[in-house]
Amino acid sequence: MLPVRPSTSSQPLIKIEHLCKSYALDNQANGSLNSQVLFDINIEIGQGEFVAIMGHSGSGKSTLMNILGCLDTPSSGRYWFSGQDVAALSGDALAQIRNRNIGFVFQGFNLLKRMTALDNVATPLLYAGMSRASSRKRALEQLRLTGLTDFSLYQPNQLSGGQQQRVAISRALINQPQLILADEPTGNLDSQTSCEIMALFQQLNREQNITIVLVTHEDDIAAYANRLIRFKDGRVIHDESVT
Amino acid sequence: MNLLTIIGESLRALRTNRLRTGLTMLGMIIGVAAVVLLISIGQGAQSKINQSIATMGSNLFIVLPGATSSGGLSFGSGSVKTLTVGDSEAIAELSLVEATAPVISGTAQLNYGANNWSTTITGTTPDYFNVGNWNIESGTFFSESEMRSAVRVAVLGKETARNLFGQEGATGKIIRVTNRPFLVIGVLEAKGQSLSGRDQDDNVFIPLTTSERQITGNQFPGSIRYMMVQAKSAKTMDEAEAEIVDLLRQRHRITGDMENDFTVRNLAAIADVATGTAKLMSLMLGAIASISLLVGGIGIMNIMLVSVTERTREIGIRMAIGANRRAILTQFLAEAVMICILGGVAGIILGISGAWIVSQLADMLIVITLGMVVLAFAFASAIGIFFGFYPARKAALLKPVEALRYE
Ligand SMILES: Nc1ncnc2c1ncn2[C@@H]1O[C@H](COP(=O)(O)OP(=O)(O)OP(=O)(O)O)[C@@H](O)[C@H]1O
Ligand SMILES: [Mg+2]
Repeated sequence: MLPVRPSTSSQPLIKIEHLCKSYALDNQANGSLNSQVLFDINIEIGQGEFVAIMGHSGSGKSTLMNILGCLDTPSSGRYWFSGQDVAALSGDALAQIRNRNIGFVFQGFNLLKRMTALDNVATPLLYAGMSRASSRKRALEQLRLTGLTDFSLYQPNQLSGGQQQRVAISRALINQPQLILADEPTGNLDSQTSCEIMALFQQLNREQNITIVLVTHEDDIAAYANRLIRFKDGRVIHDESVT
Repeated sequence: MNLLTIIGESLRALRTNRLRTGLTMLGMIIGVAAVVLLISIGQGAQSKINQSIATMGSNLFIVLPGATSSGGLSFGSGSVKTLTVGDSEAIAELSLVEATAPVISGTAQLNYGANNWSTTITGTTPDYFNVGNWNIESGTFFSESEMRSAVRVAVLGKETARNLFGQEGATGKIIRVTNRPFLVIGVLEAKGQSLSGRDQDDNVFIPLTTSERQITGNQFPGSIRYMMVQAKSAKTMDEAEAEIVDLLRQRHRITGDMENDFTVRNLAAIADVATGTAKLMSLMLGAIASISLLVGGIGIMNIMLVSVTERTREIGIRMAIGANRRAILTQFLAEAVMICILGGVAGIILGISGAWIVSQLADMLIVITLGMVVLAFAFASAIGIFFGFYPARKAALLKPVEALRYE
């Protein structure tokens, strides 16, 4: 298993070429049917970029995010993460990349139920091989940085949406990843809380040079990013830097 | 994740669904308790038989009057009077025979002071004690000369002595046997139950001659109830049996196809059969109990499969934050094994308590060995691993995206 090191400036963090994704739909009436969701995507994202992905529902944004996050594999085309060909990596190596190099933030928060905020944040450290005691210490520190010290012993169902999303972000950050993938992170939040979450992302991007790729439907959320990629029917129709 | 963390996590997961965990565990508890209880009963029966055999005396035949078909197993038919003291003496002379002991028996009323006790009275020769592997606790056996002169002396079985004398010493006292005074010259060491379940210590032994002339009486002088025959060696039991049969046929003038008027039983063979039966019973009890363990294991597999399906999303989340296949596999395997280990420990405790209660209530001998407890525990853990593996593997093989998207 090759440890993935932070990329040098010459190498993009993410590079995808001619990436396609199709799903085989098993349908009893029609037999097997292929539905293509992504068509020939070519994207490069460098370390420290803040990218917003937009496009209407069903255009394939989440599908792309899952592939970027090594949760799913492309049907064809290639994907290099930090210069490594992802297709060549074993399942364990992919798990390690998800653990150490990528942090996920989901629309539905996806916290582990019946576990305190503290334990939720500490879990990636356990998978990284840390002891429970030191992982809790680190998690508490992370929660302090995201302003959740008082809620560390709350369980997800005792927290507001905004608080849950902050816990999820703390969890994404705990292993100091180079990349944060956020699929509609503010989709379930009111505009006030959305702004707070986005401010947090912006701060992480500016102060720690963490690469952020974010999917959103809202222009004012996308406005936090410095680059905008638009999707339509599985194709990139627009890709430009905004300042 | 290290092992301690995994165990902690699995215990936490089990706690969140207490009722389900409890019910699943109950299957394991009952299974393990049944194994412990039934095996301890089986081993108890086995060791009881072994005890009886150990006290029995070696290389023994018992020769009974009457044909095998009509005499059966019972000692008490009493109507056939074909065996005599003379037969016994003749058999004792055979080359493969060590010693014989003719027996006349009946029941007799014993009195000592205000105490009276009704017991089996055995009239026999001094050789009986050797042949039957009896040890004296106090006093002596009766001798050859006491036997010849038909004196009124008695050797008491332990149980008889206790009933007549309590804690008092019996040797040297005079008791009345069917109203005749007898001198107690010895008390035998306790032997416990015989293979047939009779209390061997509830007995009184007097010289054969005394018995014949003064107690049981005899319409057919010289006839006996049965005789014990000890062969010289365990290796030549079959040859010795043939010698005995030949001699008795000759003495009883039985020729050709005529049926024997006596029966020779090899006690060692009977003991072997008894041991074999007890072993088989032990094994069968264990096997039956194992089936309930198996059912418990299937229950665990069932519940773990449900749990994996219910927690598909959790599995997806864990994979997204860095759990690899092995971590997911061990997590679910650990849950199944924890159910088994906790259930196993509870089952062992329950089984041992149950065995103790049975031994108290039913007055049964129960044998619990450490090996058996370890075995039950290992078996339970093995069941956890065996039945937990498939669901855990199913969880580990889920695809991250699909698990995350599962509703
Ligand atoms: N597992 C699957 N099997 C078959 N088709 C799928 C599967 N997952 C997604 N799709 C299809 O892929 C297309 C893109 O889905 P995706 O979730 O990427 O859209 P999206 O851009 O994220 O939309 P939204 O903005 O609503 O979240 C959809 O048409 C969907 O039906
Ligand atoms: Mg989506």
